Amino acid sequence: MSYIPISDQDRQEMLARIGLDSVDKLFSSIPEPNRLKKLLNLPAAKSEPELLAYFEEKSQKNNYNQYLSFLGGGAYDHFIPAVVDYLSSRGEFLSPYTPYQPEISQGTLQVIFEFQTLICQLTGLEIANASLYDGATGAAEAVLMAHRVKEKNRLLVASSVNPQYRQVIYTYGKNLGLEIIELPYDQKGQVEPKGLEAALNQETAVLLCQSPNYFGVIEDIKSLAEAVHQKGAMLAVAISEPLSMGLLEAPGKSGADIVTGEGQSFGLPLSYGGPYLGFMACKKEFVRQLPGRIVGQTVDVDGRRGFVLTLSTREQHIRREKATSNICTNEGHCALRATIYLETLGRKGLRELAWLNAQKAAYAREQLTAVPGVKSKFSGEVFNEFVLEFPQSFEDINQKLKAKGILGGIGLKDFPGLDHCALVTITEKHSRDKIDLYVRTLKEVLR
Amino acid sequence: MTNISHEPLIFELSSPGKTAFKLPALDVPEKKDLLAGVPLRTDIEDFPEVSEPEITRHFTRLSQTNYCVDLGIYPLGSCTMKYNPKINEKIASLPGLTQTHPLAPEELVQGNLELMKKLEKLLLEITGLEAITLQPAAGAHGELTGMMLIRAYHQARGNPRKYVLIPDSAHGTNPSSAHICGYTVKEIKSNERGTVSVEDLARLMDEDVAALMLTNPNTLGVFESDICQIADIVHAKGGFLYMDGANLNALAGITRPGDLKVDVMHLNLHKTFSTPHGGGGPGAGPVAVKKILEPFLPVPVIEENNGVYQLNYNRPQSIGRVRSFYGQFLVAVRALAYILSLGPAGLKEMAETAVLNSNYLRKNLEGLYELKYDTPTLHECVFSDKYQKDYGVTNLDISKRLLDYGLHPPTMSFPLIVHGALMIEPTETESRRDLDLFIEAMKAIAREAKENPELLRTAPHVTYVRRLDEVQAARNPVLKWGK
Repeated sequence: MSYIPISDQDRQEMLARIGLDSVDKLFSSIPEPNRLKKLLNLPAAKSEPELLAYFEEKSQKNNYNQYLSFLGGGAYDHFIPAVVDYLSSRGEFLSPYTPYQPEISQGTLQVIFEFQTLICQLTGLEIANASLYDGATGAAEAVLMAHRVKEKNRLLVASSVNPQYRQVIYTYGKNLGLEIIELPYDQKGQVEPKGLEAALNQETAVLLCQSPNYFGVIEDIKSLAEAVHQKGAMLAVAISEPLSMGLLEAPGKSGADIVTGEGQSFGLPLSYGGPYLGFMACKKEFVRQLPGRIVGQTVDVDGRRGFVLTLSTREQHIRREKATSNICTNEGHCALRATIYLETLGRKGLRELAWLNAQKAAYAREQLTAVPGVKSKFSGEVFNEFVLEFPQSFEDINQKLKAKGILGGIGLKDFPGLDHCALVTITEKHSRDKIDLYVRTLKEVLR
Repeated sequence: MTNISHEPLIFELSSPGKTAFKLPALDVPEKKDLLAGVPLRTDIEDFPEVSEPEITRHFTRLSQTNYCVDLGIYPLGSCTMKYNPKINEKIASLPGLTQTHPLAPEELVQGNLELMKKLEKLLLEITGLEAITLQPAAGAHGELTGMMLIRAYHQARGNPRKYVLIPDSAHGTNPSSAHICGYTVKEIKSNERGTVSVEDLARLMDEDVAALMLTNPNTLGVFESDICQIADIVHAKGGFLYMDGANLNALAGITRPGDLKVDVMHLNLHKTFSTPHGGGGPGAGPVAVKKILEPFLPVPVIEENNGVYQLNYNRPQSIGRVRSFYGQFLVAVRALAYILSLGPAGLKEMAETAVLNSNYLRKNLEGLYELKYDTPTLHECVFSDKYQKDYGVTNLDISKRLLDYGLHPPTMSFPLIVHGALMIEPTETESRRDLDLFIEAMKAIAREAKENPELLRTAPHVTYVRRLDEVQAARNPVLKWGK
């Protein structure tokens, strides 16, 4: 296949206009010895039917779809309304660049402005950006932001934060000389108050927690915010299951200074982990330290409302090494999908969907913990994920469940003392029949 | 574009009780007191309430106010806005790919892992490098990852070093990425050809310098012909040569960065490899390296043994994780589809035609607009507004007037070494007719600048909105809708 609309005749005439007799001469600035003498060793060009057949074959090598899956832990299988795919696949949304020319990019800009508004409404904060890469880099950007705001190097991170998010924080933080301290969790599965008290001091820039956390447990944001603010530090809350905000009190209303997270649940397919959607919101006073692009409202010369990229003096193309972040291209099209999704679900639908998830998870938790030998690991309240403790290592149980067509959860053996435990996730796609099948199968496996 | 009435914000279309989605009924016994112990919200205040027909019209109308590659030339320099093949969208929506959970057991996602490994191999052949990670989410994220690899290497030898050298023509992400990796940036001056001054480099290069970040072809579209000599100077002091691969579209199939002594580079899959830019992402910024840096690559690394693919996390020298999961998987799938559809001859023709188209535009605009550096260029060229300044017309005015001709303007005011820059990159997917339309518009605008400069200063005239007040937007920020 070729996507080149230049014919041989065009090529000859264009070369003549340039004043050269061959295409090779266009590359005379590349020293001759450095130029490839033969074609690259790549597979021969495929026709469109061959190409499609190749990818169909590979996609069918994945047999994940044949299993009943209860995996979550940062990526969630929610139903996606048809309008999301339909509208987001329009070329006018897929094929523009970042909206550098606002007069011919109002569609993209207005969508981002609506996205920022929706994120503010959900998080209960005043300012949101146009997106970040994903939840993990969002968490890293959040602690770096707090480090800049407070000009302090001590960062507290709850060990109940998604392990991948913590790993990215380490990767980013270690080159900047930041001190990262992990806080223990208690029997409820929440940040242990004593551990927090012991770690907090005047040098602390921020506490980053996740809610619902990696164990599915809802943190007491209000108490954490009070404790942290007393020592002059900030509270950053990471959210990997943003649907929870349809039901739980907005973290910003409970005192969080920064809320960041993963927006995949809002209309993005699982896609083996990407592209996903980082989001970030903060209190107004911190806007100058917020990373990423921001869209603002203004007027044109005729006084008509319009939207532009704004506050760009924070950004790398103006400030270069003094920028708040190096981010440039972000996840615009994913933010578009999330915007269509959220507006489709709407004020009532998002709350109802969140309620549905919570109810089904409560049912599943109750039924699964009624299986002899299976317990709830943590006593804290959960949204749509929870940790089960099994009478033996989850590795073994997992293999047996898998043999019966069920992916029963994510093993937690990387957490000290949790090798008998697994994180189980329920969404609206799990009908009662599917949950009951899991319960029955687990009984058989443990018999 | 002008006949569409102004589209309200969704919040202004909202009215109580409307809904665009029906949920299935709860099929388990409802617990009314569920979560009674935690603070719940009773409402999502001011969240929209609209019907599906309204949603569809809202987004369709908004889409029609956007310019895009599917409509015409989009000659943003260094952005490589080429046509996005439609089959790649179909491939990226295959259910076997889109519905796989990233924490699925490896044996259930062998197809995904094989596709990623395949792309890795092909990108290594294209770049001439020896190891690669697909993880970075965008170009700037790739730069940061590359800098982290370099820092980890130096650190493992006991001294991370202090400085990174970056030419004054570089994209702003370069210094920003180096800074976030804990380095102090030193700027290298460009010479009269617009390329790196080898003398300036030799003066600045010492054992405190971790790396040189070089864009090649650079942001003027000029190939850094001295690249091997530059690499030798950097290597002699134990530094690394990082190449920003934003402009790889000019080189693919022509020359290979690895053969040019480059140690580390990122590729922008959303530029060279045609994945849709989506109005600002998602992109993808894989990082390819020489063997010596392989131990430091982010985890996990994809490995193949006898046709079985695995994710390896046991990499003691790794910089760690740079994002969640394994990268922008569906972006990688599209890029792979693109390379497989082009094949080796098609990839070379891609670069050749991109360079041909750019030089055709350059030739036709020479004399009308100032070309500060007359060095030969590859896939892009940088003019300025110097001639038009005499009539009080700036590059901004020229760009805004192009909008009236129904065309997207070039990148403005970048690189910084050209005052009033207009940086033009047509790519290989423009037909001669589309190139000529752009040339004719630029000619007409050069004429208008002399005869009727006010027409340019007040442009655009026929767009959905006219020139927007960016100063007010920054001075009194309104960043969300409110009642």
